[in-house]
Amino acid sequence: MEKYAVFVPKLIAKRESFAPGHRACVGCGEALAVRQACKALGRDAIIVNATGCMEVIATPIPYTSWRLPWIHTLFENAAATASGVEAGLKAMVRKGKRPAKEIRVVAMAGDGGTSDIGLQALSGALERGHDFLYICFDNEAYMNTGIQRSSATPYGASTTTAPAGKLSIGQVTWKKNMPAIAAAHDIPYVATACPSYPFDLMAKVEKGVSTPGPAYIHILSVCPTGWRCAPDLTVRIGRLAVETGIFPLYEIENGKYKLTIDVPQLRPVRDYLKLQGRFRHLSEEKVLEIQNRVNVDYARLKEKVACSQKLNS
Amino acid sequence: MTKPGGELTWKDLEIGAVMTEPGNASQYQTGDWRTQRPVHEHSRCIKCGLCAIFCPEGCIEPNEEGFFEANLFYCKGCGICARECWTKAITMVEEE
Amino acid sequence: MTQRVGIEVSRSIAIAVKLANVDVVSAYPITPQTHIVEDISELVANGELDASYIPVESEHSAMSACLGASAVGARTFTATAGQGLELMHEVLYVASFMRLPIVMAVADRALSAPISIWGDHSDVMAVRDTGWIQIFAANGQETFDNVLCAFRIAEDRRVLLPVMIHLDGFQLTHVIEPIYILESSEVDKFLPPHEYPLPLDPDRPITMGGLAPPNIYTETKKAQQVNLTAAKEVILQAWKEFGDIFGRYYSPVESYRCEGAKVILLAMGSFSETAMSAVDSMREEGKEVGLIKLCLWRPFPFAELRQAVKDADTLLVLDRALSFGGPGGPVASEIRSALYGLDKRPKVIGFVGGLGGRVISPSGFREIINRGIEISQAGSEQEFEMFGVRE
Repeated sequence: MEKYAVFVPKLIAKRESFAPGHRACVGCGEALAVRQACKALGRDAIIVNATGCMEVIATPIPYTSWRLPWIHTLFENAAATASGVEAGLKAMVRKGKRPAKEIRVVAMAGDGGTSDIGLQALSGALERGHDFLYICFDNEAYMNTGIQRSSATPYGASTTTAPAGKLSIGQVTWKKNMPAIAAAHDIPYVATACPSYPFDLMAKVEKGVSTPGPAYIHILSVCPTGWRCAPDLTVRIGRLAVETGIFPLYEIENGKYKLTIDVPQLRPVRDYLKLQGRFRHLSEEKVLEIQNRVNVDYARLKEKVACSQKLNS
Repeated sequence: MTKPGGELTWKDLEIGAVMTEPGNASQYQTGDWRTQRPVHEHSRCIKCGLCAIFCPEGCIEPNEEGFFEANLFYCKGCGICARECWTKAITMVEEE
Repeated sequence: MTQRVGIEVSRSIAIAVKLANVDVVSAYPITPQTHIVEDISELVANGELDASYIPVESEHSAMSACLGASAVGARTFTATAGQGLELMHEVLYVASFMRLPIVMAVADRALSAPISIWGDHSDVMAVRDTGWIQIFAANGQETFDNVLCAFRIAEDRRVLLPVMIHLDGFQLTHVIEPIYILESSEVDKFLPPHEYPLPLDPDRPITMGGLAPPNIYTETKKAQQVNLTAAKEVILQAWKEFGDIFGRYYSPVESYRCEGAKVILLAMGSFSETAMSAVDSMREEGKEVGLIKLCLWRPFPFAELRQAVKDADTLLVLDRALSFGGPGGPVASEIRSALYGLDKRPKVIGFVGGLGGRVISPSGFREIINRGIEISQAGSEQEFEMFGVRE
């Protein structure tokens, strides 16, 4: 937990742009992440949502949880629709058809809508340099359709389309590094976040929307239903993802890496894996393999951070 | 109050079935999903509000004395608040 | 002062888009649509059109960006063809249901495989049921005029629907024709500024594109059907007003030399122009043949079509698309269905031809008409015939 957490909760925005009464599963980490992100967005924002859990649970006609202007069109096109929103607003302001008020354009999608089916549209929007924030709420599988694997599903996790069995450990590929792909577009701001660290998350969302040009934030969103864990562990498991180095919290500002939550001594990945049914089948050997991979990835990230610090000094 | 979907005719719909009452989902009760409910022990509560920040429903608010409490109309009983409370002021109790 | 200039039809579309003072254009290049978007980009680059041009990475994104732009209330245009229209397919349904008045020029093109960049109506027919208003232009002037009419129709509060203007790839997009190009002041008389009633706006937050559970989906579709059907009246009004101001009148079904005609050929798009000369020469020979040009494809003009063919014995329908394993041409199929309930109706004979850019000359149309008359008299076991195919 961040140092000052105990003192500051009362200072955060009271406004709930994402109203209760939504139909997310009990203990949903994604609904929690959306709620926290919205606190940082303020009221002058337009949300463009991809198809996925958040669209389904929050907008069954005629009920909406949204108190911000919100649009959903399709699954793979959130970034493209957001491009149109941004370009439309710009043109209309320029032509005097809308008041010159800054409106924050925010696209939201899940890991499937981002790293699989929506990757092309996202890449296009980042490359074109639209002034918008794209948030990926990553629950590491197609949860809305029933826990099918995506390219963001971690190695060794059992899902309904990559199930663990006699001949398989479940997911046999390593999680696609989506923040790195976003960063490869040389956009001004990329970050990872997790609602277990709400102030870090809100600070990043605030930074992301305030940055001129495209910004990308990848938020790990624990899914008790898909991860086969107790719903009260949502925040704890998110914290363990960070403390074990499985999901480090960092930002890349104008190409410079910085760990926003620096964990001096990583906990063993076992602590994270053992709380989740999706990893229950993993042998000690596999756990070790994951541990080794995390060690390498984390060391690489630290190198990038160190390299960025050198550039700064 | 918005009429439930099953009572609307096609003529009742806005253009493109747009919804024009922001946040009207708040009239939908999710509290009846609950199998356990949080009980807040005020003597242990330091009014930090961490439980409110970690609530996926956004249904925990301070009462008139500043003690945080869950709105049971929405609370689904996930237990995150009890798990995360620093002073262990919240316990989950089985619903009858 | 209106000037008549010789200009490529694609370029005239770009000028119409400029005259409409469009706010956002989002497009992806595909032959034979490219000249349209190249010219628009140039107008934007030169400051002649104040618009945001979004050079997207696919047609799927082109239409998706149009959704976003239109949803904030921007006047929005795009253009595509063939495979591009197919890649947009699912997005088209969203535009119409969400009542976003986007205007799109479609340079109609055949579909892969085998790849063909040339014109036919396979792409159009595949998007028939997407809920868009669809207008066919037969020549350059009709194209230019209808692009302007399209904005007027789409943005009418009673309509608020997207509109496709169809023009045949190459056979119309790339030809140079004399076209009356209107002045901006004249266009302003006809086309009022666009004010979308329910845009995305933080001052009035709305939720667009929610989920429709089974208890309401049917109602949403009924609303959509009623809306699109009712749009016909507004289309007629817009065309009437356009005609009153500019002197060129359009209608959903145009009859050419149909007086006393027992045999009528129905065609769409640029082919109807060629068919006219075939009809002219056959009339000179004393044959009672006429031509119908179907200009409004959606909403389908049932009443106008029934009226136009009421005295004919035989109606020949030329389709530039094929419904594989089905009744042949989609247009013929719809027309049979539209006439089926009538006590007196012409025999409908379907032809499929002009696929993938294959030209049908005036003598070809004569052949079609003569063959149609033959089938009408002798009868045929086939649902349709393919015209001009080597056996």
